[in-house]
Amino acid sequence: MPHVEMTQHLYRFFPQLKNTTLTVPAGSVKEALLAINEIAPGFTDYVLDERGALRRHVNISINDNIVIDKLKLSDLIPNDGTVYIFQSLSGG
Amino acid sequence: MSDMILLGTRKGTLIFDRINSNWQPRPILHAGTPVCYAARDPRDGTLWSSLDHGHWGPKLSRSHDEGATWEDISSLKYPDGARYIVKYLPTPDFNPESPFAQPEYADATVLKIWNIAFGNADQPNRLYAGTIPGGLFFSDDGGDSWQLNRPLWNHPSRGGDLFAGDATSENQWNGTPASIDYGIFEPGIHSIVINPQDSNHIYVAVSTAGVIETTDGGQSWKSRNHGMLMDYLPNTESEWGHDPHYVTNCLGQPEHLWQQNHCGIFYSDNGAMSWQKVSKPDIGVNFGFPIAADAKDGRIAWVVPARADSERMAIDGGLFVARTNDGGKTWQTFRNGLPQDNAHDIVLRHGLDISGDCLCFGSTTGNVYLSEDRGESWQCLGNNFPPIYSVRFG
Repeated sequence: MPHVEMTQHLYRFFPQLKNTTLTVPAGSVKEALLAINEIAPGFTDYVLDERGALRRHVNISINDNIVIDKLKLSDLIPNDGTVYIFQSLSGG
Repeated sequence: MSDMILLGTRKGTLIFDRINSNWQPRPILHAGTPVCYAARDPRDGTLWSSLDHGHWGPKLSRSHDEGATWEDISSLKYPDGARYIVKYLPTPDFNPESPFAQPEYADATVLKIWNIAFGNADQPNRLYAGTIPGGLFFSDDGGDSWQLNRPLWNHPSRGGDLFAGDATSENQWNGTPASIDYGIFEPGIHSIVINPQDSNHIYVAVSTAGVIETTDGGQSWKSRNHGMLMDYLPNTESEWGHDPHYVTNCLGQPEHLWQQNHCGIFYSDNGAMSWQKVSKPDIGVNFGFPIAADAKDGRIAWVVPARADSERMAIDGGLFVARTNDGGKTWQTFRNGLPQDNAHDIVLRHGLDISGDCLCFGSTTGNVYLSEDRGESWQCLGNNFPPIYSVRFG
């Protein structure tokens, strides 16, 4: 199953995700986020807006590639892939 | 007199407690997170902060135990189908006559929860929140869940019911520079004024549109900008397009309303049926952001003036507060205890508050000043706080 890594900033709001090896049964980025939301209710409210789109200053990559579909999060994740969730750099 | 002051700052929520006549700040809460508004619900003591996360979206945070623990709330959201007509920041090459042939629509998402207001005692679980891009939200369960006020969102001054289809009227609401951090130029509701004697009677103020009133609990809304003047438009008396920076009322005489506007100070003694400009530019009492009204006498108000929109800073390096006791006919200026050299502070629209004879304000330079004699003299509560967005007595 795909593996998920995320910025430690999110552990402040979801401490239950800290120090865990996060694997999720997911074929797409959207499915991965919904799976995390099951473990940590409210998680998607932090990375997605109320339209389900990726927030403006949040990035997600699959392995080394930034996801293309930031509106519906339909990019597919290989079964051995890693999803990275991190904040955009927006100033010093 | 209140024993608590809440500050919303660039780096978190700051609470001062009055202990043995001294105001003492607690360690900062929500550390590192911008907090654009913080206030205490006088009905049940719940503390509220509006978190302005740069990355993770705006959130409300509340504490039921005087600030010891906090719970973040993500339930304030625009419903599916909520749209608005896009506005663009007027740039030098912007054509105001025809920026685009057809209205351009955007799906609404909450970008900033700019202020929070609490219902009267007869609505113990009612709260209001004003947002960018211009939605008024209300809750009837103490903030657990929120709904958009649709009559205001669908108002003809915003193009009509965009849930139902395309615009049926012209959009008269313009943007606020406070939205530019979010990459847009859209309106925001920064003032929610509830008549203490009638819970169905509410004013909101929008930058940039004006003052809007409901007398039926939010089912219908009317502009209340008669007498308002705009320096920056060809038609200075237009119904829409005004830029109230902050609007408040006298709790004991709620037909008395005060407004610090982009174009001066305005006063109404008839429930905003008409406004009168009461600025005194010759003594520097004209431009600014915050305004506070006395709780008993509607003729009394305070402002913290700044130079002008082109110089949003204290005048000539000296910070002062001005008070009128006569509905703006005359103003007194007070400088005792405030810095008069090299002070370049600006006090934002939610940065001044009043409780009895006490006033407090905080600036974006991180300075906090308190007066216990109705603004005539001031003491400094500290100089090295983060930029301050809001000051509210608890």
